[in-house]
Amino acid sequence: MSDWRQTWKRDRVAYGFLIPYATFFLVFTVLPVVISIIYGFTYYNIFQPTKWIWFDNYVRLMTRDSVFPIALQNTLKFAIICGPGGYILSYLVAWMINEVSSKIRMVFVLICYSPTIAGSIYVVFSVLFSGDAYGYINSALTEFGIIEKPIEWLTDPNYISTVIIICVLWGSMGAGFLSFVAGFRTIDTQFYEAAAIDGLKNRWQELWYVTLPMMKPQLLFGATMSITSAFSIHQQTIALAGYPSTEDAVTTIVNLMVDYGYQRFDLGYASAMATVLFLMMLVSRWLINKLIARTGT
Amino acid sequence: MSKNKKKVNIPFLNAIGRFFKAVGGGLKKVGLKIRRFLRHVFAVKSMRSLQGDILAIIFLILFCCIMAVPMIYVICNAFKPYDELFLYPPRFFVNNPTFDNFQNLSIAMSNSYVPFSRYFFNTLFITIVGTGLHVIFASMAAYSLEKIHFKGQNAFFSLVVVALLFTPNVTSIPNFIIMSRLHLVDTYWALVFPAIGASMGLFLMKQFMSSIHNAMLEAARIDGAGELKIFFTIVMPNVKPAWLTLIIFSATDLWNNTGGVLIRTEEIKPLAFALQQISQGGLARAGVAGAISVLLMSVPIILFIATQSQVLDTMASSGIKE
Repeated sequence: MSDWRQTWKRDRVAYGFLIPYATFFLVFTVLPVVISIIYGFTYYNIFQPTKWIWFDNYVRLMTRDSVFPIALQNTLKFAIICGPGGYILSYLVAWMINEVSSKIRMVFVLICYSPTIAGSIYVVFSVLFSGDAYGYINSALTEFGIIEKPIEWLTDPNYISTVIIICVLWGSMGAGFLSFVAGFRTIDTQFYEAAAIDGLKNRWQELWYVTLPMMKPQLLFGATMSITSAFSIHQQTIALAGYPSTEDAVTTIVNLMVDYGYQRFDLGYASAMATVLFLMMLVSRWLINKLIARTGT
Repeated sequence: MSKNKKKVNIPFLNAIGRFFKAVGGGLKKVGLKIRRFLRHVFAVKSMRSLQGDILAIIFLILFCCIMAVPMIYVICNAFKPYDELFLYPPRFFVNNPTFDNFQNLSIAMSNSYVPFSRYFFNTLFITIVGTGLHVIFASMAAYSLEKIHFKGQNAFFSLVVVALLFTPNVTSIPNFIIMSRLHLVDTYWALVFPAIGASMGLFLMKQFMSSIHNAMLEAARIDGAGELKIFFTIVMPNVKPAWLTLIIFSATDLWNNTGGVLIRTEEIKPLAFALQQISQGGLARAGVAGAISVLLMSVPIILFIATQSQVLDTMASSGIKE
């Protein structure tokens, strides 16, 4: 008890500075994760008292739900393609931007980053990829004689996920991308000169042996950003393919979660889904940390 | 002699010669200018091949053209007159730009059940209060983590780093449960509070503050300045790029927030929601929808252009050090 009191006395100024933020952070950022784990074990619909049903939600997810396996598969597919895809794309573009002078650099950064801050502009993809002859892609392809009749981009299960992936990749240059662009600038040119003397021949070698290892912190930050955005794809699928999409071709876990949570008020079940999602995100973050720790060796 | 002869005898040919000489000189000048321009454009470093530089810039230009397609399309649509919107085959660019769509938008806005000034106020309130408190609280916490030190600070910061994963997109369901338990559903606070507690702000601020020299703070402490005074007079002015960045990130999210299920009463819905409703009015609103998108996106984009170099300065220290 006295130990606690001493700590408090010594650190009370620090705690005073921390408490206003910590309150909001713990209640509205950390508590949701805890809540979803707890409510994942219950049946809860706001109107009736909470009922403990333990693992029933998870059993239902794995065995009785016909859509969840599809959603899980789609989420993993998008995460595996869009996560690393957006990540590598951001890195390569940031690298090339770093090669040009600072005046045009700003223009390139703005163009690449603007999809992230422009709100729901991705809706435009539904016009560009519209399924009728008025769609821009269809009309262009017909013009060049590549296709004879319009392709149903947004309702044919064979094409929807491709369109969604294009749309997500288009908007994937967010905070991680900015971090890369800025990270390249922090590397001292002396390292490159030293590397040149040591016999590195071209910029690919330079990238692998000098730049990547020096940018590990930024790479980790970018990876975190990529994981969150890749696992939380849902607005794009609703805007482009609707919900539910044809044969649930692009239904993701977050889509399903929002449906169960806000339409059917089955919040306990939705929380179980959220818990599964969090678990996948944490595991992939752990894996990527291991991977990044190895770069340049 | 012979030179003189030429000059005197054939003035016509001479003129042609001068002309070509001038052209040649001009070309040489242009060539030099192009070379200087290329030198200027491509940061010429060691082991850089010019082909590589040219490839990089060609790739970037092509890539940015593709990236900009949706933006340009929206901007074009906003200025298209009604008959150009539904042409077949569809035309991408605008031929006779008009402000009709913006006029129609203002008509639709003035016919709205809730006056638009109200929606605008809602968004302004949410954005300013949320962003303001987020920047102040997150900076204070960052100062405490980076410069004062206390028991449990490493544990707290690791929690913040892991929490970077859990953005409002994935926590919306449990967040809704918390809001309904706290009876905050259908109030401004349902949008404001999570924005205050966002982990990104604290993370960026803390990383940026590590660049401030401790000696400066120690000197102020010896002079008898309190922590609050040090924070507001020494630390805050020195982390201006960081709080501009926090403002960009937080304000963009709040500005684009439509409220979703958290806000049901029409009177307190944000502007993004109201504008979205107008743009969903079907074909007749196709042009107006473009005008709305242009209006909505112009604010964050102008903010970003104005603060871009500070944002990049901040992001330079954004790395996660293990």
